[in-house]
Formats: sequence, C-alpha cells, structure tokens
Amino acid sequence: MKKIAAALALTLALGLPTLAEAREVTFTTKLKQYGGSPAFVVLYVTDANGQYQGTLWMAGRETKYYRHLSDWKRATRGDLGQIDGITGASVGSGKTLTVKIDLADALIDAGYQVRIDAAVEDMGDSPGEIVVPLSASGAGKPVAGRGYVESFSYAL
Amino acid sequence: MLRRIHSLPGLIAAALVCVLALSGAILSVNPALERSAASVPPAGAVTVADLAARVVAHYPGVERIVRKASGEIVVYYFDAEMPGADVVDPMTGARIAPYAPSGFTRWMTDLHRSLLLGEGGRVAAGVGALAMLTLAVSGAAMLANRLGGWRRLLGRIRGAGTQRLHAEAGRLAVLALVLTALTGSYMSLARFGILPDGAEIEPAFPSVVDGGAPMPVGDLPALTAIDLADLRELIFPYAGDPTDAYALTTAQGAGYVDQATGAILDYLPHGLSRRVYETVYMLHTGEGLWWLGLLLGAAALTVPAMTATGTMIWLKRRRATPRIGSNVRPAAADTIILVGSEGNSTWGFVKTLHDALTAAGHQVHTAPMNRLTGGYRNARRMLILTSTYGEGTAPASARQFLARLEKLDGATRLPTAVLGFGDRQFPRFCRFATDVSAALAAKGWPQLAPLQTIDRQCVQAFARWGAEIGARIGTPLTLVHNPARPRTMSLRLVERLDYGAEVQAPTAVLRFAVPDVRRGMSRWLRSALPRFEAGDLLGIVPPGSMLPRFYSLASSSAGGIAEICVRKHPGGLCSGFLHALKPGDTIDAFVRHNPAFRPAGRGTPVILIGAGTGIGPLAGLIRGNGRRRPIHLYFGARDPQSDFLYEADLRAWLADKRLTRLTTAFSRATDRAYVQDRIAADADAVRTLIARGAQVMVCGGRQMAQGIARALEEVVRPLGLDLATLKLQGRYVEDVY
Repeated sequence: MKKIAAALALTLALGLPTLAEAREVTFTTKLKQYGGSPAFVVLYVTDANGQYQGTLWMAGRETKYYRHLSDWKRATRGDLGQIDGITGASVGSGKTLTVKIDLADALIDAGYQVRIDAAVEDMGDSPGEIVVPLSASGAGKPVAGRGYVESFSYAL
Repeated sequence: MLRRIHSLPGLIAAALVCVLALSGAILSVNPALERSAASVPPAGAVTVADLAARVVAHYPGVERIVRKASGEIVVYYFDAEMPGADVVDPMTGARIAPYAPSGFTRWMTDLHRSLLLGEGGRVAAGVGALAMLTLAVSGAAMLANRLGGWRRLLGRIRGAGTQRLHAEAGRLAVLALVLTALTGSYMSLARFGILPDGAEIEPAFPSVVDGGAPMPVGDLPALTAIDLADLRELIFPYAGDPTDAYALTTAQGAGYVDQATGAILDYLPHGLSRRVYETVYMLHTGEGLWWLGLLLGAAALTVPAMTATGTMIWLKRRRATPRIGSNVRPAAADTIILVGSEGNSTWGFVKTLHDALTAAGHQVHTAPMNRLTGGYRNARRMLILTSTYGEGTAPASARQFLARLEKLDGATRLPTAVLGFGDRQFPRFCRFATDVSAALAAKGWPQLAPLQTIDRQCVQAFARWGAEIGARIGTPLTLVHNPARPRTMSLRLVERLDYGAEVQAPTAVLRFAVPDVRRGMSRWLRSALPRFEAGDLLGIVPPGSMLPRFYSLASSSAGGIAEICVRKHPGGLCSGFLHALKPGDTIDAFVRHNPAFRPAGRGTPVILIGAGTGIGPLAGLIRGNGRRRPIHLYFGARDPQSDFLYEADLRAWLADKRLTRLTTAFSRATDRAYVQDRIAADADAVRTLIARGAQVMVCGGRQMAQGIARALEEVVRPLGLDLATLKLQGRYVEDVY
C-alpha cells in the first residue's frame, strides 16, 4: 500500500492550481505468475495522442534496467528527475502493486490515459502493456495485459 | 589476533559462505555449457548489418538483438502482440531454439545473489563475499606464519588430520577464492551504489534525426562497419516512427544509428568505471571466459570442507585450553602470566594461579608465551610458567617467545619470576625454563624471584612457590592445585607376549582391544578413542596415580588393536602394573598424537634404528608399509634367544619386502655389539642412503639414542651435513625416553 503526495508534480505539470479539488485514486496492478525475477513496472500518464505527461510510480530501483521500459524511456528521454521520490521496490512474480495517488479531478474524464510498461530480467520487455483511459466509467473495471500483467484496475 | 580475524567470520558466517560457494560452483558450469552450445562465426565473417538483415527476414516484428557473452544470439520480438525470444543462428538468422533460461538456473542465481530473500538477502550475500575475502586472506597469512614466511608458502605442511586437510585445501584454493570474493564484493558494493558500475552513463537520445525514409537495415553504413563479435545489443526503432532511431551498444561504447542515413549519432565510448565493472563481472561469473568459470567453481567446492575442518579445529583448541575467567586486557593488567605448554597439565596450574591472584584483587592477564608484546602499560610484574618439550626445546605455545623477546625494545622490562615444569628423569630437566630465565637476564629484566622448578607436577612445590611469590608482591597467595585426571577410556588386554626374562630385561608386548574407533557420528562423542598410528603415544594412568605414563604405540587403530612394548622397571608403578596384567584385565588410557614421528614423503628410503622396547613403533611402521618403500632396520637387544622382539614378524616382513634389510646387534651374545657399532660398520651404505634423501628414525632409551647420534654424526660428516641440519629438514626424528 503506498500513499504518495508527490503526484503534485503531475498536477503542476499540467498547470493546474495545487489547491484544486483532488481525490485519492488507487491503482492496483496484479502480475501473472510468470516465474522469474521481480519485474520492473512503471505507471505513467499520457494524453489521448500518446504524448507523455508525467509518471505516477516506478517499481524498481536499479536505473540501468530502466531502458527496458522502452516506451517510457523514450518518452522521458531518460530524465530520472521524473521519478524523483516516487520509486519503490520491483514487483515479484504473482504479486500485486498498489499505488495511491492524489489526482486532480480535472485529470479524470479528460482524455488522459494511464499506461504501464513492464520488463523482467532475461525474459523480454513489454512496453505499453496496459493502455486505459482515465475515466469515471472505467474505474473498477479490470484490464488484462498481454505480457506480465494479469489484471489492472483503478478505483476513484 | 590473526587467528581471531580468521575464526570469527569463519564460525559466524559458516553457513552463509557455504551456501554462496556451493551455489556459485553450480552456476559456474553455465558459461561452459552456453559456449559449447553457441555457434560463433570467425572474426570478420559476419557484420552486424548482415546479421540484422537476416534476422529481419525471419522476424519482421523484431524488437532487439542481443549477443550474449558466450556468443549466443538472442532475438526479442513481438509476434501478434505477444512477446517472445529466440536463439538464432548468426549465419542464417533462423531460429535454433526458443530462448528460455532454465528455471533452475534462475532460481540458483537468485539464491546466490540474494539467498531468495530479496533486498535484505542481497545485503547478506554482500557480507558473505566480504567474509570470504577476509577468510581467504587471513588464512593465507596464518599458513605463511606456520610455514615460516611467505616465501615458504609452497613448502611441506606437517601434521595430520583435520589441521592438515584444512591447510592443504586452503592453499590449493586460496588464489581462486580471493579472486572470487574480491570480484563478488565489488559487484555487491556496486549494486548498492558504493562503487561505480558505469551503467548510469548513457548517451542521450539524439535531438535531431534525419526523419527521411528508412534504409534497409542491412545497408546501414554504421552497422556494416561493426563485426558481430563486437556487438552487445541492437534495439530496433519503433515500427512506423521516423523520429525513432536504432540504439546500438558495442563492446567499445553506445550510441544511436539514424534510420535514414545510417550514420552514428551521439556516440559515447564506455567509461573506465563501466569497463572495470564489466571485467569484474566477467572474472566473477566466467561469462565469456568459460574455463575461468570452471576453475573458480572447482575452487569454491573446497569451501564446505574447509568450513567443517575449520570448525573442528576450533572446537579442539577450545577444549585443549581451559577457560581462564576474568582475563583482563594486556594494557589494563597489573600482573602478566605467560604460559608455555604443549597441551599438557601446565594450563591447570596457570588457572589456579590466575584465579588466586584475581581473588586477591589483582588485574591479571594470562596468555600463551607466543603472545609476548610490548603493550603491558600498567603491569608491575610478569610470571612465566612453562614446560619443556623433548630435548629441551620450547613447547608449542612458546616457540616464538625468544624471538619476540629479542625484538622488544628496552622500554618493557618487568620484574619476572620463571617457574619451570618438568620431570627429573630427563637430563635436560626444565631446560627451556632455564633458557628463558637466562634470556631475560641478558636483556636486563629484573628478577622478581629466582628460577624455580616443579618436578612431576608436585602440588606442594607449587604451593611453596606461590607463598614465596605472594610474599614478594605483598599479597598472601595460597595456591591449592588439584590436578585433573586426564579423560581416559577403558581398554581390555587381549594378548601378551613375554620376552627377556633370561637376560634380566623382562619385556612384554601387550595388545589391547580398542573399543570403538571414531567412526561416523561417534566422532563427535568424547567417549571414543581418536584414530592413531604407529608412532603415536598411549597415555596410561595406573591405579593409585593421577599422572599418566606414555608408551609408544606399535600398531594403528585401523587394526582395532593398541599394541605397546613395556619393559619392567624395578619399582616402577606403571610398568609393574602393566606386567601384572592378565588377558581380560582393563587399563585406563588415552591417545596423544605424535605427528612428528612419522616417515616423511612417499617412497624415499627410511632408516629405522631402535633397541629394546624401541622396536615397538618401528615394527608398527614396517607392518604398515603397504607401499613397500625401502626400509632398513637396525635393532639392538641383549640375546637373540631371549629378547629378540618381533623376530618372526621381522622375518616375514623381509620375505614380503615390507622390510628391505635387517641388521641386528646383541650385547650379550657371542658376537657382542651395540646398534651404533653396526651403524659405524655400515657407514658407507648409510651415507649413500642419506645422500639420496633417506630419513632416519630413532626410537629407544636415552643412552642408546646418544650413542646412535654420535655414530651418525661421523657417518654424515663427509657429506657436509650434521644432525642439526637433518633435524631441521625433518630427516632425523627421535622418540626417546
């Protein structure tokens, strides 16, 4: 269970006033039993065209493996400042990553997407495994990934 | 100090180090396996562009190509949105097999890196690597000390049993273990960011790319210029995205390749820290150096054996030295007690003295004499209690004392009293104690009390000495010492053979059944006798005495019999008791090893010289000469009809070549002679043998040994040798009583 207030960076990037109405959103990512080393997983937000907006959470501390999260890596151009203060341990096979973030109401139902890149050492990369729109109607609906993610859902 | 640096991590981290070593040994096989499976084209045959073109033909959805250290080419691709990985043949680009690293290897790697415990486990593994480094280096230093210097590190290791095994295994594997532990520690420190691994330095994505129509990958100039052997990784651009570029990593550096022009963009050569880390990684895992991996893995297999033997050695040492309570640090003590002991009863007396002084309010530091230092800041006096070994030399815990005394500067000069322990039966009674006393006087150390000696552990004499010391230091001291009876086992007499009654030299060969020689789990129980060989000593405690008497063993425990030769001395308590035994009677006995009295090497000739009961261990050696090395025996007795011990056996051994030559000398036969006469008569033959490297072993009474020594000095003089030199080389050993 992680509670992060550092998503302020996200809201600031979007130019919204920090004291705008915000709510706590819980993102739950359950991994398959893929049988390997712990996975590196990054959750980030893009607009409807796929343009990178900001990162929600990086699971995995070794920076030299970040290049395996290739979509995210290309989008951020390797700028590690994007994940300042929002880094945690990598996620084991079959385990669940739960991230709670305060998101401004304006981000929901505005065409923004949540994306997940995942990678496991010596087992291949899975960029863009999950692409779901951030909307009130989409909340609570689990989505399966094609690589390592068994189900992903968010709760508003 | 060095021993503690070695034993502490050894005992605490024993299990951890074993797990790391064994898992590492298992993993070390992989690079060799991978190398044997990979097909590596000769240098210059295939360029990166060639390979990329072939791969693209088979895998339109290729994401990247990786060349592993073993030369294996792996292609990661997406096939209808599903990720996959295949091993491909570099000549054709076609698939050889799916790339699926075995689950077992992955599990074993996880075990080796982090003990299956995640981040905390990684820390533990790092600690284990550092522990192993400490153990390897301190172990090498201890061995160098023992052998007499780093230059003698390849010399012969004396001794037997666990200690020898530990030293031999350690010496064999030490270089490999130091390398493995060092590289492992480096990698661990790099993992936690303490040391750099250079991976964070990456070229930035190029700000400008050409953006034109992509060239076929096989034509890209940047890729045609690079040989396949230099490739590490090639990441393909996102399909349909003209702003993306190839990401290329080679052995020399990393950069991007423009899709349209094929030019290298933003190339960054690998920095020093990265190249160092990669070398360290290669040296540790053997990836890319498969033969090194196998060597290091083989060396790692010695670790569990060393852990086990090391623990056993530690246990034995702990048991040998009684625990001295309230042992203060040297710098804080006002009284220093130094002990010279060969593992005998001296420590018991020391403990009594230490406890009495501590009870009287003193701060006492007790240590072996080998630990003499100059750091006794607050000390007002020193008491030295020491026994003597063999012919008047230092006991084991005092061998370095005189050398250390020489090196001490003049600042340390404590009033000292020396107490020697010995046995008046020996002419060099308390010789070492006398030497120590003289050396201290020569160095100008004041005398607290004159040298005193104690004969055969007389407790009254000890108490008298204690009273005198107490008077001189102003503290009443009452030393009441209760000698501890050594731990013994009950042995049953099975057979006895009597000789020598007619010539007034009654001698009996006694054979005792050995109940349960340590085997398997009973080795850990104190109740069984340890393994012994001919040449070791049997300590027998006769009824009515606390003190053991020692007899040389003529058999090895492998036969289940402990055989000794006993001469009856008029008025002798133990010899009288033994001569009165009948088959079925029991004795209380223990074993004391005597590893110095053994034939050296494997096939070099041995000259055995003995008289009377001295034939015992020599006969045992001949009996055990399965290897049929040349043995020449010179045996002296009184009369061939009466006390020719082992006569039948010796003739049999001559016949089956266990014994090469037998020369006898009888002092009461018609042709009267002593053994030394025979040696002198055979001077040429003996000299030739010794010149060829033969070893001389002498066993018997003191007078006989002196006569032999005189004769042999004459024999070897023409060779430019003397007995002292031969003794140093281990080619002249004595078991004399």
